[in-house]
Amino acid sequence: MRSQETAAVPSAPSAEPGKVGRWFRTLSKQKALVLMSVPFVIWIFIFKYVPLWGWTIAFQHYRPNLGMFEQEWVGLEQFRFLFSDDSFLRVLRNTLAMAVIKLVLGFVTAIALAILLNEVRIAFFKRAVQTISYLPHFISWVVAANIISTALSIDGGIVNELLMWLGIIDRPIMWLGVGHYFWGILGASEVWKDVGWNTIVYLAAMTMIDPSQYEAAEIDGANRMQRIQHITLPGLKPVIIILLIMNLGNILETGFEPQYLMGNGMNADYSENLEIFVLKYGISMGNFSLATAAGIFKTVVSFILLFGANSLAKRLGEQRLF
Amino acid sequence: MATPAAQQVGAGKKPEKPRKVYKRFQSPGDRLFDLFNFIFLSLLVIFTLYPFLNTLAVSLNNANDSIRGGIYLLPRDFSLDNYKYVFQEATIFHATLVSILRTVIGTIVTVFCSAMVAYTISRPEFLLRRFVTVTFILTMYLNGGLIPNYLLMRDLDLIGSFWVYIVPGIIGVFNMIVIRSFIEGLPEGIIESARIDGAGEFRTFMQIVIPLALPALATVALFTGVFQWNSWFDVFLYNSEKANLSTLQYELMKMLANSNSNSSMTSASAFANSANASANFVTPTSIRATMTIVASLPMIIVYPFLQKYFVKGMTVGGVKG
Repeated sequence: MRSQETAAVPSAPSAEPGKVGRWFRTLSKQKALVLMSVPFVIWIFIFKYVPLWGWTIAFQHYRPNLGMFEQEWVGLEQFRFLFSDDSFLRVLRNTLAMAVIKLVLGFVTAIALAILLNEVRIAFFKRAVQTISYLPHFISWVVAANIISTALSIDGGIVNELLMWLGIIDRPIMWLGVGHYFWGILGASEVWKDVGWNTIVYLAAMTMIDPSQYEAAEIDGANRMQRIQHITLPGLKPVIIILLIMNLGNILETGFEPQYLMGNGMNADYSENLEIFVLKYGISMGNFSLATAAGIFKTVVSFILLFGANSLAKRLGEQRLF
Repeated sequence: MATPAAQQVGAGKKPEKPRKVYKRFQSPGDRLFDLFNFIFLSLLVIFTLYPFLNTLAVSLNNANDSIRGGIYLLPRDFSLDNYKYVFQEATIFHATLVSILRTVIGTIVTVFCSAMVAYTISRPEFLLRRFVTVTFILTMYLNGGLIPNYLLMRDLDLIGSFWVYIVPGIIGVFNMIVIRSFIEGLPEGIIESARIDGAGEFRTFMQIVIPLALPALATVALFTGVFQWNSWFDVFLYNSEKANLSTLQYELMKMLANSNSNSSMTSASAFANSANASANFVTPTSIRATMTIVASLPMIIVYPFLQKYFVKGMTVGGVKG
């Protein structure tokens, strides 16, 4: 965010009445602009700011049939219940595991693929690989989950057939039926869906690296790996750090769709994350207060991580987000 | 976020020339690297494409023949019965219409509204400019969460209505910033001269800004279109009891849920066992494959042609956001 934009709202109406008058006179001349923007400010107020008030229901014993001011306030009781609840702690463990896998795997694979693409010298081949690798990004998770569960199925799924043909396993494995495979399957699915798309930013950053650096390195006798290690990777470092900070802020946003769509009774112990917990308690069981408390917990942790990562980057003298 | 790194990416000096493929002596190590790189990337292509091609082959194969298994890249017993069946089924036909409708209406409304606000906050003399900008940008970091949003939709009486697909998303803040950056990059004189010629703000916006900002609007339209077409969660959350507001993605999601639950007489198989189905010889597996293709085909056909817009939007948004 630009610093000027984070500054306060217009400070124009000041003490002098003349100034206030002038401010309103100018504004009335701009009534077309006002009419074009203010309705949408009202819209965003209703749809994005009003729900923030909904956070209060985490501190209540919310009953939907009562009005806003008739609710019973219970303080932190919902949070206390949350942390003594085994299923919440398990969901928290799953969320953290998925978050770490997603972060590490997502970064490593995207950077590696971007570097490999950057080293391709046949322009046509490079373009073709890029176009094809973007493809899974454009399909919905519903379609992706269908494709993945077909590939993993026990009757004729390609994964089992391939592994059996290679002699790695001797009978088909029900991949989505064994809980502790789920994190790995999720990580692989996310890589399959987004690795190509995630290379875009890195490839854009690589075009900014001065080609003469590569030429000079080559004259000095650096080989491919050395050039990647000493020119390409340092060139990417600022982008990597910024993306890392942004992703740390979102780390608990492990998504909802793949877990929900590929989860089932057999792998629920490993596939349920915070979002599913909120959905289950909130929408299915109608315990709005507890579900909101879980949601708030997630947001607060995200903010702490975002600011923590940012100040760490500052202390290390690296690029930072704000 | 005009981050330092992002500025480096965006505003950093442009390479004077596209990076040359400089002719040079290739060491054996270099060639080995190229070979492995080629093999690895080819494997990646196969890994990405195979599941789609396999699904396509199953959807184009006779359903009874598919039960035998062993279909990989090509249909063994070619037949269009699966597609005929899917489109004769009233539920799916209707869901396809709703999907198209929400994609078209949602995209037009979002692009138009986002562009209009983007235009007002690109005008340097607009007194409320900073207020409007801050109000919108803050929402990128603040989120009420699932339950408060659900309660809001309930209170606004949007549950069980088509408009719950459109109204909550009429402005994407990210989209708005992409468009604003683009408008700010237009030559200032163009907008000024329209104003001197006596055009009002709205007319300037409609007749000057929209045509000039088309590349940015195309980017935003594409992001929104893909999002609308692929959405299923809002259907599930708000309209799961309204059969006439179901979408293609949601119908497919229900089929997946049924096949996951593994019970012998689920509604997907009931679906396939209905009178119509037995006449046409379809199975849950082949219907699911067919639906998967139908639900993804529009995106798969469209995106290669629009790839440059997507990539541009991605880098502009990431850089200037």
